Amino acid sequence: MFSAVKKYNMAKSVIKKSNIHISENGLENHQPEKRLEVLKTYKIYIGGQFPRTESGRYYIATNSKGKKLANVCLSSRKDVRDAVESARNAFGGWSARAAFNRGQILYRMAEMLEGRKAQFIDELMQQDASRAKAEHEVNLSIDRLIYYAGWCDKYQQIFSAVNPVASSHFNFSVPEPTGVVTIIAPQHDSLLGLVSVIAPVIAGGNTCVIVGSYDKPLSCVTFAEVLNSSDLPGGVVNILTGKASELAPWMADHMDINAMIYCEKDAATQKMLREKGAGNVKRVIVYDKINWYSDAGQSPYFINDLQEIKTTWHPIENIGGGGSKY
Amino acid sequence: MIAETSTIKIPNFSLSPRVDQVGIEERAARVTKRSIKKESKLNGLLLALNMIDLTTLEGKDTDGKVKQLCYKAQHLHDAYPGLPTVAAVCVYPSMVKTAKQALGNSGIKVASVATAFPSGQSTRDVKIRDTKYAVANGADEVDMVISRGKFLMGEYNFVFDEIAAVKEACGSARLKVILETGELGSYDKVRRASDIAMYAGADFIKTSTGKISSAATLPVTLVMLEAIRDFYYETGKMIAMKPAGGISKSKLALHYLVMLKEVLGEAWMNNEWFRFGASSLANDLLMQIVKEKTGVYQSKDYFSID
Amino acid sequence: MAKAKNNTLKLKFDTSWNFAPAPESKSIASIKDKYDLFINGAFVKPSSKKHFKTINPANEEVLSEVADANAADVDKAVKAARTAYDKVWKKMSGKERGKYIYRIARMLQERAREFAVIETLDAGKPIRESRDFDVPTAANHFFYYAGWADKLEYAFPNRQAQPIGVAGQIIPWNFPLLMAAWKIAPALATGNTVVLKPAETTPLTALKLAEIIQEADLPPGVVNIITGAGATGAALVNHPGVDKIAFTGSTDVGKIIQRAIAGTNKKATLELGGKAANIIFEDAPLDQAVEGVINGIFFNQGHVCCAGSRLYVQESVYKTVVRKLKDRIETLIVGDPLDKNTDIGAINSKQQLETIHKYIKIGQQEGAEMHQSSCALPGKGFYCRPTLFTNVAQSSRIAQEEIFGPVLTIQTFRTEDEVLEKANNTPYGLSAGVWTDKGSKIFNMTTKMRAGVVWANTFNKFDPTSPFGGYKESGYGREGGLHGLSAYVNLI
Repeated sequence: MFSAVKKYNMAKSVIKKSNIHISENGLENHQPEKRLEVLKTYKIYIGGQFPRTESGRYYIATNSKGKKLANVCLSSRKDVRDAVESARNAFGGWSARAAFNRGQILYRMAEMLEGRKAQFIDELMQQDASRAKAEHEVNLSIDRLIYYAGWCDKYQQIFSAVNPVASSHFNFSVPEPTGVVTIIAPQHDSLLGLVSVIAPVIAGGNTCVIVGSYDKPLSCVTFAEVLNSSDLPGGVVNILTGKASELAPWMADHMDINAMIYCEKDAATQKMLREKGAGNVKRVIVYDKINWYSDAGQSPYFINDLQEIKTTWHPIENIGGGGSKY
Repeated sequence: MIAETSTIKIPNFSLSPRVDQVGIEERAARVTKRSIKKESKLNGLLLALNMIDLTTLEGKDTDGKVKQLCYKAQHLHDAYPGLPTVAAVCVYPSMVKTAKQALGNSGIKVASVATAFPSGQSTRDVKIRDTKYAVANGADEVDMVISRGKFLMGEYNFVFDEIAAVKEACGSARLKVILETGELGSYDKVRRASDIAMYAGADFIKTSTGKISSAATLPVTLVMLEAIRDFYYETGKMIAMKPAGGISKSKLALHYLVMLKEVLGEAWMNNEWFRFGASSLANDLLMQIVKEKTGVYQSKDYFSID
Repeated sequence: MAKAKNNTLKLKFDTSWNFAPAPESKSIASIKDKYDLFINGAFVKPSSKKHFKTINPANEEVLSEVADANAADVDKAVKAARTAYDKVWKKMSGKERGKYIYRIARMLQERAREFAVIETLDAGKPIRESRDFDVPTAANHFFYYAGWADKLEYAFPNRQAQPIGVAGQIIPWNFPLLMAAWKIAPALATGNTVVLKPAETTPLTALKLAEIIQEADLPPGVVNIITGAGATGAALVNHPGVDKIAFTGSTDVGKIIQRAIAGTNKKATLELGGKAANIIFEDAPLDQAVEGVINGIFFNQGHVCCAGSRLYVQESVYKTVVRKLKDRIETLIVGDPLDKNTDIGAINSKQQLETIHKYIKIGQQEGAEMHQSSCALPGKGFYCRPTLFTNVAQSSRIAQEEIFGPVLTIQTFRTEDEVLEKANNTPYGLSAGVWTDKGSKIFNMTTKMRAGVVWANTFNKFDPTSPFGGYKESGYGREGGLHGLSAYVNLI
């Protein structure tokens, strides 16, 4: 090393201008280069994959000051079509899973979201939330997933019944998932609202297609990454970004969707959904008065809203009266 | 329908024993918990190898293909001396002569499918002639298919009589009766079909043609082994068993051997009374055998495919 | 070639191809030479200054020494539980309580294999069972009850569920870790704190659970684990600071406890012995029924309170069923519990083995016909072959008294009425089994059988969501499911 310094010192007089400076140990160094950040592409989530919208359209998501945040997919009716197909294919397997297994997966989603807290807080802050508010929203979202994870194998116990019919039959009523549910997510509360509507739907064994917040789309796309790393089978939850007003009518008309959830206050849309939904007697559910931040934002009744009750009869033989004396 | 054939009383097949699906699947799953290690693993692998019916049943089979298969049957992996051969080679009737010639006096049997394999949708006459043709060309064993349509219609007499007729046409060849369990719909039906086949004269009962996606499984095999056991206690006659299709891994083959051991025991643990209908299983067994010897995981590149 | 039906036909299951030893490695299990008492979040020395040994019943080797808690230690533990209850646990939201319990569940899942090996070493049960049943079911139990912690408002219509206070819990040696889970999980979920005493022959997995409890950062004193024998249990039951007793064990001790707390305000649940009837009808799927009977009595060496120890077979299929039972027991391997192929492990203690031998002798003296499998037994340790008794009468002692070992009595019956009466003709009422293909018969039987758990076309099935508990002298109270919450709450 010393000989190199010596050599260099001798040569130094030859160098007139240099932007190389010598450090104390005699080695050359440069000013550190600025590392370029790799920007994220926000795609949609269908069937466990991340395709772009088949329409190729996009819109620019900005914060309230107009700063551009990202190019976001403007999903089309064909994306809805594909997502519904995915959800339908996934329904048989998901609804047949043991309730306990669904609970484990929802808990895993909470673990994954907890692990990515910083990322979600950052995105919410980009979309105008204060740090405190962002952190609160993320914490509540994680806890909400845990809440519903715990309901997966319990709601049946409070919503079922053994019915004491007058005839000699064993008669029991159990809840069963409705099927494929499409959801227009709450447009504000872009993360908490999203989680609050997805969790009870899938805890109950349904599959869903959800259109996230138009103005604050970042969290719903990143949430898809949480779903993707949670052992949740592809197709159980499909997440689209875009204009609810464009996509909702297509969903309301679709003959292979069993239920729709709408979370905004627009009365005209609510009416339109119910009218069009009548085409296949869709269950249309409106959650427009829910404060997702309150305790009223979570309850097993949200699960029950997407369940059908199946009642089964079976004869009880009554041979003699043996054993009936206690 | 109670009839007597020699001293065996033929039961009413409509009243065949019930099988509880959850229970049978649990018992079959328990078999997979057995841990087969060291010398018992090696012995099991060798036993399984010796129980294989190496099979080629393609529309595109030729003399050349069959000859190669027969060579492989006798020279599974010469690099490892002392290996057993497979039990049999299974081909279409048109290939029986070629196979018989190629196998010489190696002791490996020639099994032929017959009776309008795989669908069985043809006349009695065609099926008998198909059988006789295979036997005349030298087949040691005939793998027939039952008429699933007639079975599902409840025409058990028809199914029974057909098997008995084919058995007669076999002469001294052993008859394997393929139930095509994947088309029967339930374990109850598999049990029923097994009983019909055994009472009608089958030497083997076999699960599948390998031509539909649903092939042999552990629970289906268990149902059939239990049927064989009941038949043995009822009549004193041993019936052989062959699961076919979907068995390509050594671990699974060993599970089958455990099941065989725990349901039927010693007398069935050889290739006279149990076969695997498989094509790629042989090489997986060979890889595992070599791994047991060398302690090193193997690659497919080192084992000839045909 | 056809032969007539031959009664001398026999199958040979001891084949030339047999299973080589397949021992699970012990290296994963880290067991300390000595354990102290787990009180207030730390391991503390016992006031008694005494420790006692716990051995491996498979080979009688000493595994470790554990502390012998005396009355002063019990007092310390109960006070720690009381303080934790008053100051921390009662005040904590259900949501946060639940998260602690979820942590315990997840950590148990992560360390599952280690726990399975230790359970097998300490209790003598086959590794296949501790690995595939005991440990996962215990973890799932914590997982299930974690979810109830913040949902109690839905569990009891029109009532608010409040915790009771300090729960004193005494558990048996047959499912040491699982019983600890069954006790601790619902107690914590509902807001109570716990002092748990594991059985003296099987303290280790409870002490390892204490390590997980520390790692999960559970507030000190919420769960306390004190080892000891009968005297420690009695001290716990009698301690005035305990609000609720949960006991699983023999009916005799259950009665002692019920007497001891009479006149106090203490609540109790008792899960006691059983002598379950397992009933096979002629239209049952016979091979699966036989498998169910085998699982019913030989699972865990028959050390199961709900074991199907009394078999009733409809006479028309009696010979066939007995033949199938005898064939099946020939394939059961009795051996080193750590061997993955072992079906029936070691009897938990010398004392228990003597009890079983005593009953086998009684059975023979009563004129019943004994049949055992022909398998080899290991040289050291406590072992018993699977045993069947035929020619048993309803009034035989072996058909009335709980043996708690791999011994099955077999009787015949002719009609539903007859077998119902005989099944119910016992002071016990924990469980029962019925095997038939006919649905309406199932519901007739299950409606009329006086047992807390009735298994139809299956046996020994357990799930955290499914309530378990007995009628009559098999105890009262339910564990598991929504109903399992009741024992740990005051409803206002």
